[in-house]
Amino acid sequence: MASRFDIRRQTGFATIAMICFFALYLPIITLVVYAFNAGSSIAIWEGVSLRWFYQAWNNNQVVDASIRSLQISSVAAVVSTIVATMAALATTRTKPYPGLGFKYAFINQPLMVPEIVTAVALLIFFSRIKIWTGYSGLGYLMVAHTAFCIPFAYLPIRARLENMDLTLEIAAADLYATPWKAFRRVTFPLLWPGILAGLMLAFVISLDDVVITEFVKSGGQDTLPTYMLGQFRRFITPEINAISTVFLLISILIVTVFFFISRKKDQE
Amino acid sequence: MASAEEVAEQAERREIRGRWLLSAPALIIILLAATGPLLIVVIYSFLTPGPYGDVVWKFSTDGWLSVVMQRDIFDDTLAFADAHLSIFWRSAKLSFLTTIFTLLFGFPTAYFIATRPARQRDIWLFLITIPFWTNLLIRTFAIQEVIRNEGIVNTVLIKLGIISQPIQMMFTDFALMVGMTYVYLPLMVLPLYASMEKIDFRLVEAGYDLYANRFQVLRRVIIPLVKPGIVAGSILVFIPALGAYVTPRVLGGTKNMMLGNLIELQFGQGRNWPLGSALSISLMAIVMVALLVYVRAAGRQGGTHG
Repeated sequence: MASRFDIRRQTGFATIAMICFFALYLPIITLVVYAFNAGSSIAIWEGVSLRWFYQAWNNNQVVDASIRSLQISSVAAVVSTIVATMAALATTRTKPYPGLGFKYAFINQPLMVPEIVTAVALLIFFSRIKIWTGYSGLGYLMVAHTAFCIPFAYLPIRARLENMDLTLEIAAADLYATPWKAFRRVTFPLLWPGILAGLMLAFVISLDDVVITEFVKSGGQDTLPTYMLGQFRRFITPEINAISTVFLLISILIVTVFFFISRKKDQE
Repeated sequence: MASAEEVAEQAERREIRGRWLLSAPALIIILLAATGPLLIVVIYSFLTPGPYGDVVWKFSTDGWLSVVMQRDIFDDTLAFADAHLSIFWRSAKLSFLTTIFTLLFGFPTAYFIATRPARQRDIWLFLITIPFWTNLLIRTFAIQEVIRNEGIVNTVLIKLGIISQPIQMMFTDFALMVGMTYVYLPLMVLPLYASMEKIDFRLVEAGYDLYANRFQVLRRVIIPLVKPGIVAGSILVFIPALGAYVTPRVLGGTKNMMLGNLIELQFGQGRNWPLGSALSISLMAIVMVALLVYVRAAGRQGGTHG
Protein backbone atom coordinates (compact mmCIF):
# COMPACT_ATOMS: atom_id res chain seq x y z
CA MET A 1 0.00 0.00 0.00
CA ALA A 2 1.32 3.39 -0.97
CA SER A 3 -0.36 5.48 1.69
CA ARG A 4 -0.85 4.67 5.34
CA PHE A 5 -4.31 3.62 6.40
CA ASP A 6 -5.97 6.72 7.88
CA ILE A 7 -8.61 5.70 10.41
CA ARG A 8 -10.27 9.10 10.28
CA ARG A 9 -10.91 9.12 6.56
CA GLN A 10 -14.36 8.38 5.18
CA THR A 11 -14.69 7.86 1.45
CA GLY A 12 -16.31 10.77 -0.35
CA PHE A 13 -16.69 12.99 2.71
CA ALA A 14 -13.98 15.44 1.68
CA THR A 15 -15.55 15.75 -1.77
CA ILE A 16 -18.99 16.51 -0.35
CA ALA A 17 -17.43 19.02 2.06
CA MET A 18 -15.74 20.80 -0.85
CA ILE A 19 -19.02 20.86 -2.78
CA CYS A 20 -20.70 22.39 0.29
CA PHE A 21 -18.12 25.12 0.69
CA PHE A 22 -18.30 25.83 -3.04
CA ALA A 23 -22.12 25.94 -2.94
CA LEU A 24 -22.11 28.16 0.16
CA TYR A 25 -19.83 30.74 -1.39
CA LEU A 26 -20.78 30.69 -5.09
CA PRO A 27 -24.07 32.61 -4.61
CA ILE A 28 -22.51 35.12 -2.22
CA ILE A 29 -19.57 35.76 -4.55
CA THR A 30 -21.91 36.14 -7.55
CA LEU A 31 -23.93 38.65 -5.59
CA VAL A 32 -20.83 40.68 -4.77
CA VAL A 33 -19.43 40.51 -8.31
CA TYR A 34 -22.65 41.82 -9.86
CA ALA A 35 -22.65 44.75 -7.45
CA PHE A 36 -19.79 46.06 -9.59
CA ASN A 37 -21.67 45.62 -12.87
CA ALA A 38 -21.72 48.70 -15.08
CA GLY A 39 -25.00 47.67 -16.73
CA SER A 40 -28.40 47.82 -15.07
CA SER A 41 -29.05 44.07 -15.19
CA ILE A 42 -28.24 41.54 -12.50
CA ALA A 43 -27.77 38.91 -15.22
CA ILE A 44 -25.74 40.49 -18.05
CA TRP A 45 -22.21 41.61 -17.27
CA GLU A 46 -21.23 44.93 -18.85
CA GLY A 47 -17.95 45.82 -17.22
CA VAL A 48 -16.72 47.09 -13.87
CA SER A 49 -18.20 50.19 -12.28
CA LEU A 50 -18.96 51.62 -8.88
CA ARG A 51 -22.12 53.32 -10.12
CA TRP A 52 -24.52 51.21 -8.04
CA PHE A 53 -22.63 51.92 -4.82
CA TYR A 54 -22.77 55.58 -5.75
CA GLN A 55 -26.49 55.37 -6.51
CA ALA A 56 -27.27 53.59 -3.21
CA TRP A 57 -25.21 56.20 -1.36
CA ASN A 58 -27.36 58.93 -2.93
CA ASN A 59 -30.66 57.10 -2.41
CA ASN A 60 -32.36 58.84 0.48
CA GLN A 61 -34.52 55.83 1.30
CA VAL A 62 -31.42 53.64 1.62
CA VAL A 63 -29.58 56.18 3.74
CA ASP A 64 -32.60 56.72 6.01
CA ALA A 65 -33.15 52.97 6.38
CA SER A 66 -29.46 52.48 7.23
CA ILE A 67 -29.53 55.19 9.87
CA ARG A 68 -32.72 53.72 11.34
CA SER A 69 -31.16 50.23 11.35
CA LEU A 70 -28.11 51.53 13.19
CA GLN A 71 -30.21 53.44 15.74
CA ILE A 72 -32.39 50.44 16.55
CA SER A 73 -29.53 47.92 16.63
CA SER A 74 -27.30 50.11 18.80
CA VAL A 75 -30.01 50.70 21.38
CA ALA A 76 -31.13 47.05 21.31
CA ALA A 77 -27.56 45.73 21.57
CA VAL A 78 -26.53 48.02 24.44
CA VAL A 79 -29.72 47.62 26.49
CA SER A 80 -29.99 43.86 25.96
CA THR A 81 -26.32 43.38 26.88
CA ILE A 82 -26.68 45.38 30.10
CA VAL A 83 -29.80 43.54 31.27
CA ALA A 84 -28.38 40.18 30.08
CA THR A 85 -25.19 40.79 32.07
CA MET A 86 -27.25 41.49 35.17
CA ALA A 87 -29.36 38.41 34.55
CA ALA A 88 -26.25 36.28 33.97
CA LEU A 89 -24.77 37.47 37.26
CA ALA A 90 -28.04 36.55 38.96
CA THR A 91 -28.23 33.05 37.51
CA THR A 92 -24.67 31.71 37.63
CA ARG A 93 -22.41 30.37 40.36
CA THR A 94 -25.23 30.04 42.82
CA LYS A 95 -26.89 27.33 44.78
CA PRO A 96 -30.15 26.37 43.08
CA TYR A 97 -32.88 28.64 44.43
CA PRO A 98 -36.63 28.73 43.79
CA GLY A 99 -37.29 30.25 40.39
CA LEU A 100 -33.85 29.61 38.89
CA GLY A 101 -35.08 27.08 36.31
CA PHE A 102 -37.99 29.37 35.53
CA LYS A 103 -35.55 32.20 34.83
CA TYR A 104 -33.51 30.09 32.39
CA ALA A 105 -36.63 29.09 30.50
CA PHE A 106 -37.97 32.62 30.51
CA ILE A 107 -34.79 34.24 29.26
CA ASN A 108 -34.45 31.70 26.45
CA GLN A 109 -38.14 31.84 25.54
CA PRO A 110 -37.67 34.10 22.47
CA LEU A 111 -35.42 31.38 20.98
CA MET A 112 -38.07 28.66 21.29
CA VAL A 113 -40.93 30.38 19.49
CA PRO A 114 -40.92 30.71 15.68
CA GLU A 115 -40.13 34.29 14.73
CA ILE A 116 -43.33 34.73 12.73
CA VAL A 117 -45.42 33.93 15.82
CA THR A 118 -43.56 36.48 17.95
CA ALA A 119 -43.96 38.94 15.07
CA VAL A 120 -47.78 38.67 14.87
CA ALA A 121 -48.00 38.69 18.67
CA LEU A 122 -46.14 41.99 18.73
CA LEU A 123 -48.22 43.31 15.84
CA ILE A 124 -51.40 42.75 17.85
CA PHE A 125 -49.96 44.06 21.11
CA PHE A 126 -48.28 47.18 19.73
CA SER A 127 -51.16 48.12 17.43
CA ARG A 128 -53.37 48.33 20.54
CA ILE A 129 -50.81 50.47 22.38
CA LYS A 130 -50.38 52.70 19.32
CA ILE A 131 -54.11 53.46 19.41
CA TRP A 132 -54.12 54.09 23.17
CA THR A 133 -51.05 56.27 23.36
CA GLY A 134 -50.86 57.76 19.88
CA TYR A 135 -47.09 57.21 19.95
CA SER A 136 -45.78 55.51 16.80
CA GLY A 137 -42.05 56.16 16.95
CA LEU A 138 -39.09 53.79 16.79
CA GLY A 139 -39.55 52.86 20.47
CA TYR A 140 -41.61 49.76 19.68
CA LEU A 141 -38.94 48.42 17.37
CA MET A 142 -36.28 49.12 19.96
CA VAL A 143 -38.16 47.28 22.71
CA ALA A 144 -38.98 44.33 20.42
CA HIS A 145 -35.37 44.04 19.22
CA THR A 146 -34.06 44.29 22.78
CA ALA A 147 -36.31 41.41 23.86
CA PHE A 148 -35.17 38.93 21.21
CA CYS A 149 -31.52 39.99 21.57
CA ILE A 150 -31.44 39.24 25.32
CA PRO A 151 -30.89 35.44 24.98
CA PHE A 152 -28.13 35.99 22.41
CA ALA A 153 -26.31 38.42 24.69
CA TYR A 154 -26.99 36.23 27.74
CA LEU A 155 -25.45 32.99 26.40
CA PRO A 156 -21.80 34.07 25.90
CA ILE A 157 -21.82 36.13 29.12
CA ARG A 158 -23.13 33.19 31.14
CA ALA A 159 -20.60 30.85 29.53
CA ARG A 160 -17.80 33.22 30.48
CA LEU A 161 -19.06 33.57 34.06
CA GLU A 162 -19.35 29.84 34.54
CA ASN A 163 -15.72 29.30 33.55
CA MET A 164 -14.51 32.05 35.86
CA ASP A 165 -12.52 31.38 38.98
CA LEU A 166 -14.50 32.32 42.06
CA THR A 167 -11.44 32.41 44.37
CA LEU A 168 -10.33 35.77 42.97
CA GLU A 169 -13.48 37.42 44.26
CA ILE A 170 -13.13 35.72 47.62
CA ALA A 171 -9.54 36.98 47.75
CA ALA A 172 -10.79 40.49 47.01
CA ALA A 173 -13.31 40.19 49.84
CA ASP A 174 -10.53 39.00 52.16
CA LEU A 175 -8.65 42.17 51.28
CA TYR A 176 -11.62 44.22 52.54
CA ALA A 177 -13.06 45.10 49.14
CA THR A 178 -16.74 45.92 49.24
CA PRO A 179 -18.91 43.69 46.99
CA TRP A 180 -19.23 46.56 44.52
CA LYS A 181 -15.47 47.18 44.49
CA ALA A 182 -14.80 43.47 44.01
CA PHE A 183 -17.17 43.46 41.09
CA ARG A 184 -15.69 46.57 39.49
CA ARG A 185 -12.02 45.68 39.97
CA VAL A 186 -12.11 41.88 39.68
CA THR A 187 -15.27 40.38 38.18
CA PHE A 188 -16.00 42.98 35.54
CA PRO A 189 -12.55 43.05 33.88
CA LEU A 190 -12.58 39.23 33.71
CA LEU A 191 -16.10 39.23 32.32
CA TRP A 192 -15.44 41.93 29.74
CA PRO A 193 -14.63 39.67 26.74
CA GLY A 194 -17.91 37.82 27.31
CA ILE A 195 -19.83 41.08 27.48
CA LEU A 196 -18.18 42.28 24.28
CA ALA A 197 -19.05 39.02 22.52
CA GLY A 198 -22.64 39.27 23.72
CA LEU A 199 -22.85 42.87 22.56
CA MET A 200 -21.66 41.98 19.07
CA LEU A 201 -23.95 38.97 18.76
CA ALA A 202 -26.91 41.09 19.83
CA PHE A 203 -25.95 43.80 17.36
CA VAL A 204 -25.69 41.42 14.37
CA ILE A 205 -28.92 39.63 15.32
CA SER A 206 -30.79 42.92 15.55
CA LEU A 207 -29.24 44.30 12.35
CA ASP A 208 -30.27 41.16 10.42
CA ASP A 209 -33.84 40.96 11.62
CA VAL A 210 -36.49 41.10 8.91
CA VAL A 211 -39.64 39.37 10.12
CA ILE A 212 -40.30 41.03 13.48
CA THR A 213 -39.35 44.47 12.11
CA GLU A 214 -41.65 44.00 9.10
CA PHE A 215 -44.63 43.36 11.39
CA VAL A 216 -43.89 45.88 14.13
CA LYS A 217 -42.82 48.93 12.10
CA SER A 218 -45.20 51.80 11.42
CA GLY A 219 -45.43 53.38 7.98
CA GLY A 220 -42.16 54.88 6.74
CA GLN A 221 -40.05 53.05 9.33
CA ASP A 222 -38.15 50.75 7.01
CA THR A 223 -34.87 49.34 8.22
CA LEU A 224 -32.28 48.20 5.69
CA PRO A 225 -33.54 44.57 5.58
CA THR A 226 -37.24 45.51 5.28
CA TYR A 227 -36.37 48.07 2.60
CA MET A 228 -34.59 45.31 0.65
CA LEU A 229 -37.51 42.91 1.12
CA GLY A 230 -39.80 45.59 -0.34
CA GLN A 231 -37.53 45.97 -3.35
CA PHE A 232 -37.87 42.31 -4.33
CA ARG A 233 -41.40 42.98 -5.51
CA ARG A 234 -40.12 45.44 -8.10
CA PHE A 235 -37.60 45.40 -10.89
CA ILE A 236 -34.33 44.53 -9.22
CA THR A 237 -31.18 46.46 -10.19
CA PRO A 238 -27.62 45.84 -8.99
CA GLU A 239 -28.25 48.57 -6.42
CA ILE A 240 -29.57 45.81 -4.16
CA ASN A 241 -26.34 43.89 -4.77
CA ALA A 242 -24.33 46.95 -3.81
CA ILE A 243 -26.32 47.41 -0.58
CA SER A 244 -25.98 43.69 0.19
CA THR A 245 -22.22 43.85 -0.40
CA VAL A 246 -21.74 46.68 2.09
CA PHE A 247 -24.04 44.91 4.57
CA LEU A 248 -22.06 41.70 4.08
CA LEU A 249 -18.77 43.50 4.72
CA ILE A 250 -20.08 44.91 8.00
CA SER A 251 -21.27 41.45 9.12
CA ILE A 252 -17.94 39.84 8.17
CA LEU A 253 -16.07 42.52 10.08
CA ILE A 254 -18.13 41.96 13.23
CA VAL A 255 -17.92 38.16 12.92
CA THR A 256 -14.14 38.34 12.48
CA VAL A 257 -13.72 40.44 15.62
CA PHE A 258 -16.07 38.11 17.49
CA PHE A 259 -14.13 35.07 16.25
CA PHE A 260 -10.84 36.44 17.54
CA ILE A 261 -12.32 37.44 20.90
CA SER A 262 -13.74 33.97 21.49
CA ARG A 263 -10.46 32.39 20.36
CA LYS A 264 -8.53 34.46 22.83
CA LYS A 265 -10.90 33.24 25.50
CA ASP A 266 -10.01 29.62 24.68
CA GLN A 267 -6.31 30.23 25.00
CA GLU A 268 -6.48 31.74 28.46
CA MET B 1 -32.13 36.78 70.12
CA ALA B 2 -31.54 35.52 66.63
CA SER B 3 -29.76 32.21 66.44
CA ALA B 4 -26.91 31.66 64.00
CA GLU B 5 -29.26 29.60 61.90
CA GLU B 6 -31.75 32.41 61.62
CA VAL B 7 -29.02 34.87 60.64
CA ALA B 8 -27.82 32.55 57.91
CA GLU B 9 -31.35 32.05 56.69
CA GLN B 10 -31.92 35.77 56.53
CA ALA B 11 -28.70 36.30 54.60
CA GLU B 12 -29.73 33.63 52.13
CA ARG B 13 -33.16 35.18 51.68
CA ARG B 14 -31.52 38.56 51.11
CA GLU B 15 -29.24 37.05 48.49
CA ILE B 16 -32.12 35.43 46.63
CA ARG B 17 -34.00 38.73 46.69
CA GLY B 18 -30.90 40.45 45.30
CA ARG B 19 -30.66 37.93 42.48
CA TRP B 20 -34.31 38.45 41.55
CA LEU B 21 -33.76 42.19 41.53
CA LEU B 22 -30.71 41.79 39.30
CA SER B 23 -32.54 39.65 36.75
CA ALA B 24 -35.76 41.68 36.87
CA PRO B 25 -35.04 44.07 33.95
CA ALA B 26 -34.37 41.18 31.53
CA LEU B 27 -37.45 39.29 32.72
CA ILE B 28 -39.67 42.37 32.44
CA ILE B 29 -38.54 43.19 28.89
CA ILE B 30 -39.10 39.60 27.74
CA LEU B 31 -42.49 39.52 29.48
CA LEU B 32 -43.44 42.80 27.82
CA ALA B 33 -42.22 42.09 24.30
CA ALA B 34 -42.24 38.32 23.89
CA THR B 35 -44.13 36.16 26.38
CA GLY B 36 -46.98 38.54 27.20
CA PRO B 37 -47.96 39.21 23.58
CA LEU B 38 -48.10 35.43 23.00
CA LEU B 39 -50.85 35.18 25.60
CA ILE B 40 -52.73 37.92 23.76
CA VAL B 41 -52.52 35.80 20.57
CA VAL B 42 -54.25 32.99 22.44
CA ILE B 43 -57.04 35.38 23.48
CA TYR B 44 -57.36 36.81 19.96
CA SER B 45 -57.81 33.35 18.49
CA PHE B 46 -61.15 33.17 20.35
CA LEU B 47 -62.54 36.52 19.17
CA THR B 48 -64.51 37.70 16.13
CA PRO B 49 -62.71 39.32 13.19
CA GLY B 50 -63.25 43.08 12.79
CA PRO B 51 -64.22 44.51 9.40
CA TYR B 52 -60.83 46.16 8.73
CA GLY B 53 -58.52 43.81 10.53
CA ASP B 54 -58.15 43.67 14.32
CA VAL B 55 -61.01 42.07 16.27
CA VAL B 56 -64.43 42.63 17.73
CA TRP B 57 -64.52 41.66 21.42
CA LYS B 58 -67.04 38.90 21.04
CA PHE B 59 -66.21 35.29 21.90
CA SER B 60 -66.12 32.96 18.91
CA THR B 61 -64.52 29.66 17.98
CA ASP B 62 -64.70 30.48 14.27
CA GLY B 63 -60.99 31.30 14.17
CA TRP B 64 -60.12 27.78 15.25
CA LEU B 65 -62.84 26.22 13.10
CA SER B 66 -61.54 27.99 9.99
CA VAL B 67 -58.18 26.32 10.46
CA VAL B 68 -59.78 23.14 9.13
CA MET B 69 -63.27 24.18 8.00
CA GLN B 70 -64.68 26.66 5.56
CA ARG B 71 -67.97 28.49 5.99
CA ASP B 72 -70.03 28.63 2.84
CA ILE B 73 -70.75 32.29 2.02
CA PHE B 74 -74.23 31.49 0.65
CA ASP B 75 -75.94 29.13 3.09
CA ASP B 76 -73.54 29.51 6.03
CA THR B 77 -72.91 25.78 6.32
CA LEU B 78 -69.54 24.45 7.38
CA ALA B 79 -67.58 22.21 5.08
CA PHE B 80 -64.25 20.52 5.56
CA ALA B 81 -61.61 22.58 3.78
CA ASP B 82 -58.22 21.17 3.02
CA ALA B 83 -56.65 24.45 1.82
CA HIS B 84 -55.07 25.26 5.18
CA LEU B 85 -54.29 21.67 6.04
CA SER B 86 -52.46 21.24 2.75
CA ILE B 87 -50.29 24.25 3.63
CA PHE B 88 -49.59 22.69 7.05
CA TRP B 89 -48.66 19.47 5.31
CA ARG B 90 -46.50 21.26 2.72
CA SER B 91 -44.65 23.17 5.44
CA ALA B 92 -44.05 20.03 7.48
CA LYS B 93 -42.92 18.10 4.40
CA LEU B 94 -40.57 20.83 3.12
CA SER B 95 -39.12 21.42 6.60
CA PHE B 96 -38.54 17.70 7.04
CA LEU B 97 -36.86 17.41 3.63
CA THR B 98 -34.74 20.48 4.39
CA THR B 99 -33.62 18.80 7.61
CA ILE B 100 -32.72 15.61 5.72
CA PHE B 101 -30.81 17.44 2.98
CA THR B 102 -28.89 19.67 5.40
CA LEU B 103 -28.00 16.51 7.34
CA LEU B 104 -26.85 14.64 4.20
CA PHE B 105 -24.59 17.53 3.15
CA GLY B 106 -23.78 18.85 6.61
CA PHE B 107 -22.63 15.57 8.16
CA PRO B 108 -19.67 14.98 5.81
CA THR B 109 -18.80 18.68 5.94
CA ALA B 110 -18.73 18.76 9.74
CA TYR B 111 -16.76 15.49 9.79
CA PHE B 112 -14.28 16.91 7.30
CA ILE B 113 -13.72 19.99 9.50
CA ALA B 114 -13.48 17.95 12.70
CA THR B 115 -10.78 15.68 11.24
CA ARG B 116 -8.50 18.50 10.01
CA PRO B 117 -5.37 19.39 12.01
CA ALA B 118 -6.21 21.87 14.80
CA ARG B 119 -4.82 24.94 13.03
CA GLN B 120 -6.71 24.31 9.78
CA ARG B 121 -9.91 23.56 11.67
CA ASP B 122 -10.30 27.18 12.76
CA ILE B 123 -10.14 28.39 9.16
CA TRP B 124 -12.79 25.95 7.91
CA LEU B 125 -14.98 26.73 10.88
CA PHE B 126 -14.62 30.42 10.17
CA LEU B 127 -15.74 29.78 6.56
CA ILE B 128 -18.93 28.15 7.90
CA THR B 129 -19.48 30.97 10.40
CA ILE B 130 -19.53 33.74 7.78
CA PRO B 131 -22.62 32.50 5.89
CA PHE B 132 -24.18 31.69 9.27
CA TRP B 133 -24.01 35.34 10.32
CA THR B 134 -24.80 36.76 6.91
CA ASN B 135 -28.28 38.25 6.66
CA LEU B 136 -30.82 35.58 5.73
CA LEU B 137 -32.40 37.91 3.22
CA ILE B 138 -29.08 38.50 1.47
CA ARG B 139 -28.41 34.76 1.28
CA THR B 140 -31.89 34.11 -0.08
CA PHE B 141 -31.35 36.81 -2.66
CA ALA B 142 -27.94 35.33 -3.53
CA ILE B 143 -29.32 31.83 -4.14
CA GLN B 144 -32.05 33.38 -6.26
CA GLU B 145 -29.38 34.84 -8.54
CA VAL B 146 -28.08 31.32 -9.09
CA ILE B 147 -31.37 29.56 -9.87
CA ARG B 148 -33.23 32.31 -11.75
CA ASN B 149 -34.07 31.81 -15.42
CA GLU B 150 -31.14 34.10 -16.30
CA GLY B 151 -29.09 32.77 -13.38
CA ILE B 152 -25.75 30.97 -13.42
CA VAL B 153 -27.15 27.43 -13.54
CA ASN B 154 -29.30 28.06 -16.59
CA THR B 155 -26.65 30.19 -18.33
CA VAL B 156 -23.99 27.51 -17.89
CA LEU B 157 -26.32 24.71 -19.01
CA ILE B 158 -27.33 26.67 -22.14
CA LYS B 159 -23.71 27.58 -22.98
CA LEU B 160 -22.78 23.92 -22.68
CA GLY B 161 -25.62 23.04 -25.03
CA ILE B 162 -27.26 20.69 -22.53
CA ILE B 163 -30.54 22.61 -22.63
CA SER B 164 -31.87 25.14 -25.14
CA GLN B 165 -34.53 26.75 -22.95
CA PRO B 166 -33.88 27.91 -19.38
CA ILE B 167 -35.36 25.54 -16.81
CA GLN B 168 -38.00 27.31 -14.72
CA MET B 169 -36.82 26.73 -11.14
CA MET B 170 -37.98 29.86 -9.36
CA PHE B 171 -41.39 29.81 -7.66
CA THR B 172 -41.41 26.02 -7.39
CA ASP B 173 -41.07 23.66 -4.45
CA PHE B 174 -37.67 22.77 -5.86
CA ALA B 175 -36.50 26.39 -5.53
CA LEU B 176 -37.80 26.43 -1.98
CA MET B 177 -35.96 23.20 -1.14
CA VAL B 178 -32.68 24.45 -2.62
CA GLY B 179 -33.07 27.83 -0.91
CA MET B 180 -33.93 26.44 2.53
CA THR B 181 -31.18 23.82 2.38
CA TYR B 182 -28.77 26.58 1.42
CA VAL B 183 -29.74 29.05 4.15
CA TYR B 184 -30.04 26.47 6.96
CA LEU B 185 -26.93 24.38 6.16
CA PRO B 186 -24.61 26.24 8.60
CA LEU B 187 -27.21 25.73 11.34
CA MET B 188 -26.74 21.97 10.89
CA VAL B 189 -22.96 21.94 10.49
CA LEU B 190 -22.16 23.87 13.70
CA PRO B 191 -23.83 21.53 16.25
CA LEU B 192 -22.63 18.47 14.30
CA TYR B 193 -19.08 19.80 14.45
CA ALA B 194 -19.41 20.50 18.16
CA SER B 195 -20.16 16.85 18.88
CA MET B 196 -17.71 15.41 16.33
CA GLU B 197 -14.85 17.42 17.78
CA LYS B 198 -15.14 15.27 20.90
CA ILE B 199 -14.98 11.88 19.15
CA ASP B 200 -12.43 9.58 20.72
CA PHE B 201 -10.80 8.06 17.64
CA ARG B 202 -9.43 5.17 19.68
CA LEU B 203 -12.97 3.80 19.49
CA VAL B 204 -12.78 4.01 15.70
CA GLU B 205 -9.43 2.25 15.79
CA ALA B 206 -10.94 -0.46 17.96
CA GLY B 207 -13.68 -0.85 15.37
CA TYR B 208 -11.13 -1.46 12.63
CA ASP B 209 -9.24 -3.89 14.87
CA LEU B 210 -12.46 -5.87 15.10
CA TYR B 211 -12.51 -6.13 11.29
CA ALA B 212 -15.15 -3.49 10.62
CA ASN B 213 -14.92 -1.77 7.25
CA ARG B 214 -15.21 2.01 6.78
CA PHE B 215 -18.95 1.96 6.31
CA GLN B 216 -19.51 -0.24 9.35
CA VAL B 217 -17.33 2.06 11.46
CA LEU B 218 -19.34 5.04 10.27
CA ARG B 219 -22.66 3.38 10.98
CA ARG B 220 -21.86 1.52 14.18
CA VAL B 221 -19.28 3.78 15.85
CA ILE B 222 -19.24 7.36 14.52
CA ILE B 223 -22.97 7.98 14.01
CA PRO B 224 -23.96 6.71 17.49
CA LEU B 225 -21.22 8.89 19.03
CA VAL B 226 -22.42 12.08 17.33
CA LYS B 227 -26.13 11.41 17.80
CA PRO B 228 -26.62 14.38 20.19
CA GLY B 229 -25.23 16.64 17.48
CA ILE B 230 -27.52 15.10 14.86
CA VAL B 231 -30.57 15.62 17.07
CA ALA B 232 -29.57 19.18 18.01
CA GLY B 233 -28.83 20.14 14.39
CA SER B 234 -32.10 18.64 13.17
CA ILE B 235 -34.15 20.57 15.69
CA LEU B 236 -32.22 23.78 14.95
CA VAL B 237 -33.05 23.43 11.24
CA PHE B 238 -36.57 22.01 11.50
CA ILE B 239 -38.05 24.70 13.78
CA PRO B 240 -37.06 27.82 11.84
CA ALA B 241 -37.83 26.01 8.56
CA LEU B 242 -41.37 25.30 9.76
CA GLY B 243 -41.98 28.97 10.51
CA ALA B 244 -39.98 30.23 7.51
CA TYR B 245 -41.32 33.46 6.09
CA VAL B 246 -38.62 35.25 4.10
CA THR B 247 -37.32 32.36 1.97
CA PRO B 248 -40.77 31.17 0.75
CA ARG B 249 -41.80 34.76 0.08
CA VAL B 250 -38.77 35.46 -2.13
CA LEU B 251 -38.33 32.04 -3.75
CA GLY B 252 -41.74 30.42 -3.60
CA GLY B 253 -44.04 33.09 -4.99
CA THR B 254 -47.70 33.31 -4.04
CA LYS B 255 -48.67 29.76 -5.01
CA ASN B 256 -46.00 28.03 -2.96
CA MET B 257 -46.99 29.37 0.41
CA MET B 258 -45.76 28.05 3.72
CA LEU B 259 -47.31 28.41 7.16
CA GLY B 260 -45.47 31.66 7.89
CA ASN B 261 -46.88 33.26 4.75
CA LEU B 262 -50.38 31.95 5.45
CA ILE B 263 -50.26 33.55 8.89
CA GLU B 264 -49.07 36.84 7.41
CA LEU B 265 -51.87 36.70 4.84
CA GLN B 266 -54.51 36.56 7.58
CA PHE B 267 -53.07 39.64 9.27
CA GLY B 268 -52.76 41.49 5.95
CA GLN B 269 -55.12 41.04 3.02
CA GLY B 270 -57.13 38.32 4.75
CA ARG B 271 -58.12 40.65 7.63
CA ASN B 272 -58.91 37.62 9.77
CA TRP B 273 -56.82 38.12 12.89
CA PRO B 274 -58.54 35.35 14.92
CA LEU B 275 -57.75 32.82 12.20
CA GLY B 276 -54.20 34.14 11.95
CA SER B 277 -53.88 33.82 15.74
CA ALA B 278 -55.25 30.27 15.71
CA LEU B 279 -52.77 29.34 12.96
CA SER B 280 -49.92 30.89 14.97
CA ILE B 281 -50.83 28.89 18.07
CA SER B 282 -51.06 25.73 15.96
CA LEU B 283 -47.57 26.39 14.57
CA MET B 284 -46.28 26.94 18.10
CA ALA B 285 -47.91 23.71 19.25
CA ILE B 286 -46.13 21.73 16.52
CA VAL B 287 -42.83 23.34 17.51
CA MET B 288 -43.43 22.48 21.18
CA VAL B 289 -44.04 18.84 20.24
CA ALA B 290 -40.81 18.82 18.22
CA LEU B 291 -38.92 20.32 21.17
CA LEU B 292 -40.44 17.77 23.52
CA VAL B 293 -39.27 14.95 21.27
CA TYR B 294 -35.84 16.59 21.28
CA VAL B 295 -35.69 16.91 25.05
CA ARG B 296 -36.68 13.25 25.43
CA ALA B 297 -34.14 12.13 22.84
CA ALA B 298 -31.44 14.23 24.50
CA GLY B 299 -32.45 12.89 27.91
CA ARG B 300 -32.19 9.30 26.72
CA GLN B 301 -28.79 10.09 25.24
CA GLY B 302 -27.60 11.52 28.55
CA GLY B 303 -28.93 8.40 30.29
CA THR B 304 -26.98 5.91 28.23
CA HIS B 305 -23.70 7.78 28.16
CA GLY B 306 -23.66 9.60 31.47
